[in-house]
Amino acid sequence: MLLNQFLLLAAILFSIGVYGVIVRRNGVLVLMSIELILNAVNINLVAFGANSGIAGQVFALFVIAVAAAEVGVGLAIVLLIYRNRRSVDIDQLDELKG
Amino acid sequence: MIASLFAAQACAPSECFAVPANIAFGICALLMIGAAIKVVTETNIVHAALYLVVVLAGVGVNYLILQAEFLAVTQFLVYIGAIIVLFLFGIMLTRAPMGRSDDLDNAKLRPAGIGAAVMLLVVLGGALLSSFGETHLVFSTANSTTALSDAVFNQYLIPFEVVSVMLLAALIGAIVLARRD
Repeated sequence: MLLNQFLLLAAILFSIGVYGVIVRRNGVLVLMSIELILNAVNINLVAFGANSGIAGQVFALFVIAVAAAEVGVGLAIVLLIYRNRRSVDIDQLDELKG
Repeated sequence: MIASLFAAQACAPSECFAVPANIAFGICALLMIGAAIKVVTETNIVHAALYLVVVLAGVGVNYLILQAEFLAVTQFLVYIGAIIVLFLFGIMLTRAPMGRSDDLDNAKLRPAGIGAAVMLLVVLGGALLSSFGETHLVFSTANSTTALSDAVFNQYLIPFEVVSVMLLAALIGAIVLARRD
């Protein structure tokens, strides 16, 4: 098997995730798109690790752990936004705009 | 072991192709790309979460093809078992519209999103094709779970402990943020 087939699949998933982060308005859906991006990176790590030792898999494991923490804190923040504003539309969170 | 079934066909460094693994990869890749596009375009938020399951399962199958059994099991347990449930809880707690709703996307940003994604894909794809054009994967017959546990608990022990502390901190942080006073 070619290394590139995995890397290109990961690149496509990454791009789709970036599109989702830019276009989606709902906070939960933005977090889902970030999951797509993290998984694409994980495929890359494991594919590279197949040729060059186990380190790729170790770091993929770490990425999974960090992703779990990120989703936990991220959803708590989204929940807090919902509680304060009765909506999770992240386009309305523009207090920092001058 | 499913992974070694795939790997039994893995080719010598010469020109042969591992046909069953490639067929599995192709089906899986098409499903994943289709489902990923549905995740970012779907107008029903619960369906988007369920399409994400397809993508995550496809990533797990990719790990199996790459002979990373432990990671595949972790993927199924952590992502499909826990994170998707967390997303569904998030959807329900924020009282998202359960049926179709057309305001999940920001239509003004759609050209920017498509442009950014296509440009990123072109740059990444070009760089990958020119750097790793004909690199073949060389699978070993060794059990990768043994090697993984050896690496985690010898060479990467300190990062592993730091990750466990970080998970605890994230847990406490999530509780502090989400609880009502």
